[in-house]
Amino acid sequence: MKPERRDSDPKGLYIILILWALTTIYPIIWVIMNSFKAKDKILSNSFALPTGDLFTLANYRKAFSNLSIFSAYRNSLVISGTVALVVVVIAGMAAYALCRYEFPGKKLLETLVVAGMMFPVFATIIPVYRMETGWGITNTESWPLTMLSIILPSIAGNLSFAIIVLRRYIQTLPVELEEAAYLEGCSTLQIFFKIIVPLCKPSFVTVAVFSFLWSYNDLFTQMFFLRRPEMIGITRLLNELTSQEGTNYGLMASAVTLVIIPVIIVYIFLQKYIIKGMTAGAVKG
Amino acid sequence: MPNIYKKKTWLPLFLIPAFAFMAVFLYYPFFMNILNSFQSIRTLGVPSGAWNDPWYTNYVNILHDPEIWTSLKNTGLMIIVTLIFQVGIALVLALIVDNVKHGTGFFRTVYFFPIVISATALGLLFNLIVLYDKGMLNQMLEALGKTTLTDWKDESHALATMMIPVAWQYVGFYFVIIETGLNSISSELYESAMIDGASRWQRVRYISLPLIHNVLVTCSILGVTGALKVFDLPWTMFPKGMPVKTTFLTGTYMYYQTMEVKNVDYGSAIAVMIVILGIVLSQVAGVIFREKDY
Repeated sequence: MKPERRDSDPKGLYIILILWALTTIYPIIWVIMNSFKAKDKILSNSFALPTGDLFTLANYRKAFSNLSIFSAYRNSLVISGTVALVVVVIAGMAAYALCRYEFPGKKLLETLVVAGMMFPVFATIIPVYRMETGWGITNTESWPLTMLSIILPSIAGNLSFAIIVLRRYIQTLPVELEEAAYLEGCSTLQIFFKIIVPLCKPSFVTVAVFSFLWSYNDLFTQMFFLRRPEMIGITRLLNELTSQEGTNYGLMASAVTLVIIPVIIVYIFLQKYIIKGMTAGAVKG
Repeated sequence: MPNIYKKKTWLPLFLIPAFAFMAVFLYYPFFMNILNSFQSIRTLGVPSGAWNDPWYTNYVNILHDPEIWTSLKNTGLMIIVTLIFQVGIALVLALIVDNVKHGTGFFRTVYFFPIVISATALGLLFNLIVLYDKGMLNQMLEALGKTTLTDWKDESHALATMMIPVAWQYVGFYFVIIETGLNSISSELYESAMIDGASRWQRVRYISLPLIHNVLVTCSILGVTGALKVFDLPWTMFPKGMPVKTTFLTGTYMYYQTMEVKNVDYGSAIAVMIVILGIVLSQVAGVIFREKDY
């Protein structure tokens, strides 16, 4: 790539890099390995490969029969999928408008977007919960309403970041394309969906992936809004597991494995977008 | 601006959805929360009752609450750990990667990877690792000849056991930011330094480090504000401030007061304190780690 900035390739330095890589990879391999062993074998011999007599699927059988893994997955997917979709669409529209239009109050709106990044979830959750209780959508038996109660605040929590990232990207697009489309008779609404969205696909994917993961992993909000066993999401399920089955280590290992495997697979395929998305807010463009 | 954006027919449609969401779910609750911290709320989700008497009661209580001081002390420690270990290790790793020829992409992928995994899952994973009888760590030490078991979750180890995983998880985040900064330094600078006979260490010291100063400033400010938001992993590994309420952070203590003690208005006041702390600390960090122009 850039060989000229390095006169040699010292082998010793690789050792440090590989050692740190081991700290991130090995714990995951360890937990996957042990998810295939009986509980007592984990405690006596956790480094051995789960082969021969050590191998068992009992933990997974127990995980699927005792834990509502599938419904937790479904709930998490519905929540995070909806959040990601809505965030991308409405943040995209706002970013486009803030980028291209001049109008009174624009400065104020821009300040509000940046300020939105400063509000920690701790400082909004109690009034949001009370407001939604007033609407009758928290702690109800209705599955759609419960989903809605967590989706709404999660959307709001991701918007600021999404608008900032998308705006930065839309700014780099040449406005001539939009003008040409306008002369062809497109309205700005059509321009947004037919020109801006397709051209910005990579940054839309980045924002969608970021919002998805953020709400998929967000335990704090799930602790407030998802209380009934059949409505909990995947992170809440793991948290419950600690208090209810705290000593069934085999079951814990298999549950952790079941939760992280899909994320690892998604990460392998989308890592470019994920890394960009998670760091985009930090690096000045 | 070209004239196609003079006509603002669709402008409200573009702006209203996003800003309506933020108004209802961010700005309004944010101000309500400040108001709530002066009122009396005993049940989550129930409208606030009367004003506290005196109205600033919660803030007086904050000053006299020993657990607040525990959580502030721990959060302060978390910030220091974040700055030294997260940003520090990330900087060292990024400088090394910048000085070797192979594997940049691989290390980037592998180092970043813990961040995408939910902190709750990592909390469970670390619970298994530090298990007293006997997790990975104690088995490892036993293999190295140690004869007694260590309780990594007792009072003398709890804070380290809680903070190391948090720090470890986010090293990759700062690694990517710093590495991106290093990549943007022009190769010509290194080339001419090499012609002048600068050693590898001199090149790092006099080219790399000064030129990523501003990136490190960004990382430090992010680290400080990020440390205030930590919740998932500590709450999974040490719920309710276990053992004996020594591991509270500001975030976990706010949750504890709101959901476990059911002192909702006090939780609101703690949240206000977290916001103020965030503003003050990011200003302080901005002054200490000032950006430079080159």
